[in-house]
Amino acid sequence: MTIPGPEDITRTTLDNGITVLVRPNFAAQSVVLSGFLNVGSLYDPTEKLGLAQFTASMLMRGTERHSFDALFDLLEANGARLGFRGHTHTTGFSGKALAEDLPLLLDLLAETLLMPAFPADEMEKLRAQWLTSLALRAQDTAEMAELTFDRLLYREHPYARPDDGFPETIQALTRDDVVAFHRQHYGPRGMVIAVVGAVSPQEAVEAVARALGAWQNPAQPEPPALPPLPPLEATVREDVAIPGKSQADVVVGAAGPARTAPDYLPAMVGNTILGRFGLMGRIGDAVREQAGLAYYAYSELHGGYGPGPWEVNAGVAPPNVEKALALIVAEIRRFVSEPVSAEELADAQAGIVGSLPLSFESNQGVAGALLTMERYGLGLDYYRRLPDLVRRVTAEEILQAARHYLDPDRLVIAVAGP
Amino acid sequence: MDDLLITTLPNGLTVFLKEIHTAPIISHWVWYRVGSRDEIPGITGISHWVEHMQFKGTPRFPAGVLDKAISRTGGTWNAFTYLDWTTFFETMPAEQIQLALDLEADRMVNSTFDPEEVASERTVVISERQGNENEPTFLLAEEVQAAAFRVHSYHHEVIGDLADLETMTRDDLYRHYRTYYIPNNAVVAVAGDFQAEAMLRRVEEAYGSIPAGEPPPRRARPEPPQRGERRVTVEGPGETTFLQVAYHAPNATHPDFFPLLALDSLLSGPTNLNLFGSGLTNKTSRLYRALVDTQYAVNIGGVLHPTIDPYLYTLHAIVHPAHRPEETLAALDAEIARLQDAPPSADELQRALKQARALFAYGSESISNQAFWMGYSAMFAEYAWYTAFLERLAAVTPADVQRVAQTYLRPQNRVVGLYLPLTP
Repeated sequence: MTIPGPEDITRTTLDNGITVLVRPNFAAQSVVLSGFLNVGSLYDPTEKLGLAQFTASMLMRGTERHSFDALFDLLEANGARLGFRGHTHTTGFSGKALAEDLPLLLDLLAETLLMPAFPADEMEKLRAQWLTSLALRAQDTAEMAELTFDRLLYREHPYARPDDGFPETIQALTRDDVVAFHRQHYGPRGMVIAVVGAVSPQEAVEAVARALGAWQNPAQPEPPALPPLPPLEATVREDVAIPGKSQADVVVGAAGPARTAPDYLPAMVGNTILGRFGLMGRIGDAVREQAGLAYYAYSELHGGYGPGPWEVNAGVAPPNVEKALALIVAEIRRFVSEPVSAEELADAQAGIVGSLPLSFESNQGVAGALLTMERYGLGLDYYRRLPDLVRRVTAEEILQAARHYLDPDRLVIAVAGP
Repeated sequence: MDDLLITTLPNGLTVFLKEIHTAPIISHWVWYRVGSRDEIPGITGISHWVEHMQFKGTPRFPAGVLDKAISRTGGTWNAFTYLDWTTFFETMPAEQIQLALDLEADRMVNSTFDPEEVASERTVVISERQGNENEPTFLLAEEVQAAAFRVHSYHHEVIGDLADLETMTRDDLYRHYRTYYIPNNAVVAVAGDFQAEAMLRRVEEAYGSIPAGEPPPRRARPEPPQRGERRVTVEGPGETTFLQVAYHAPNATHPDFFPLLALDSLLSGPTNLNLFGSGLTNKTSRLYRALVDTQYAVNIGGVLHPTIDPYLYTLHAIVHPAHRPEETLAALDAEIARLQDAPPSADELQRALKQARALFAYGSESISNQAFWMGYSAMFAEYAWYTAFLERLAAVTPADVQRVAQTYLRPQNRVVGLYLPLTP
């Protein structure tokens, strides 16, 4: 059986609230360790935006036991890797090693989470690297279009803010900020760890319990609730000039469903038709295949904890921006005006169902699926049920979902280019 | 070690089959020995454009039909063009794989190259190039490559020069296609959930009747030795300075290739040659410690690609805003001199070996990746290059590493490239 399900996933919750998910795979001598903590940039003060993500990146910069160099020496000498990445709602971690080195990975995970040293000199090095990556972001047409799109769409909502902050907010961070943020927000409650690879479930659970079972943080807060997002009154558009560039990036869309919304699945199947299937769905067909306007043109449905974006992305030559935008908006208008055809629906359903085994080809893919099931409370049999759920979606449900989230006269349009 | 079936059909098509029964998936690849190496001025970028045209349809699988047929199975497919090769792959649920065989065999000979599709794809390819031009690292790498190769066709980017993308004709493209897309210039590699003998019969049935062609012309001319350091600068938007240092390096089958691979692992961290899955961090590599820890650079990396003809070993860094690029280059040179002056310890080489072993284990998780390796290694060497990889890396001695550092990492053998930002 390739699709993970209840009888081949071991799920345990430790006394301190950490959920452990294990699925063995002895086909290769490697193991993946992946998971998340309930801390993210939702907690960032506006003037210190980037603090959560910066703190996550500082975890690997040295602990009470090991310097930055010594930490990576342990990992790299064994061909292993481990890293953290801060997101809006959560902070993720991901590691990989030869199976024999799983204890090393878990020891280092526990050590970096529980006793980071946040060395001042390493903080300055990271800050300089961070500022360089923000300078590169300011020159990246795709990233600047996305940043502008989020700001226009989400306005006062926290999703308007970039997790990696701005140069002035990163400049404003002090070591005390990082230390305090870690002390107040990092804790085991709500933490999830998936272990997939050449290891027995019992061994893996015991190893996680040994490394992290004693961790407590009474101060750990409940995750903050998201404010409502008022609808747009009309289409809004902003063009960002980045002189000297050869190509423009455009983003067009609106707020989509949360992963747990009842119409998420119809929206997902619909999005496959709109901008994924074949050479990127109707969007790819209109913008790339028929008009030859872009190297890439597709749509994406983010899902997630809250109203993540449902958006169309394309990279187009500057003189063709208006033409491409017109085609994209026309496709969105068609998508909310009439049901998808029976053939399109059958194609998309077959494609989604057929692709399931492929997404479990690697340990990383399996770990990702375990975390998705846990994160959104979908149940350990979710991917076994998914084929039926997808096949039951109707064209009418897709049309309703499309109309619920996408209005061709109330879109956000962001363009970044020369 | 591997349970492998390797054979050549009467029409010259080489076939690799590897049974892997860990998941109900099959990955099917077709590799052609054609890439930017086979291009001359006037038709630069033609191999990549031909690859694009292979998605534009045949009489049996018209445009818009074949991509949907694949997508309907839930399979993934893609194609890549590089210096020496072009490849197409489909990874699909095992019971659907016949479609991949039919489709690839069909478009080996029957692609239409409809003039209207050529016209529409011209703007798509130009758009792809313009997207690349948005990246300072592309602009710099293009100039470094051009400076490194005056004679050999490795001098131009795979995407091609704009002048040629604007002027190449449908007939140029079609001629290139018919010249190089022939069974005796191709390798089919299939890995996954099948019985090898039965799969061989299916491969024979799909591809066996395609006639062999004339052995294609090879136009690459050997690059004469470089006689002195070359420097190039590129100016452009932004506020970030990029540094690339490219040394002429031996080809994949040269005895010095593996010592240089070990050297790369020590200097800049191990290169991940797997097509799928990410590599390792390089924070304890010599150059990270000497350049990034000390804040001469914001990051550092190195790339050594296995190629048919001698190509480049390239080190690339982002210059730290607190330093001038000359200072960063001087710090890099000091570190290279250290390796030229004294051999590394045996422990340091052992570590490089363990990293390579781990990357191999990670790569073998994926069926697509295992199929990839069979064809990939055949493009610049043979499959034994892959199976003997760890053994050959283990045979590298500290003295070998010191010697290749002295031989190849000389200023006279390199191009130093700088991207200088125009925005203060």
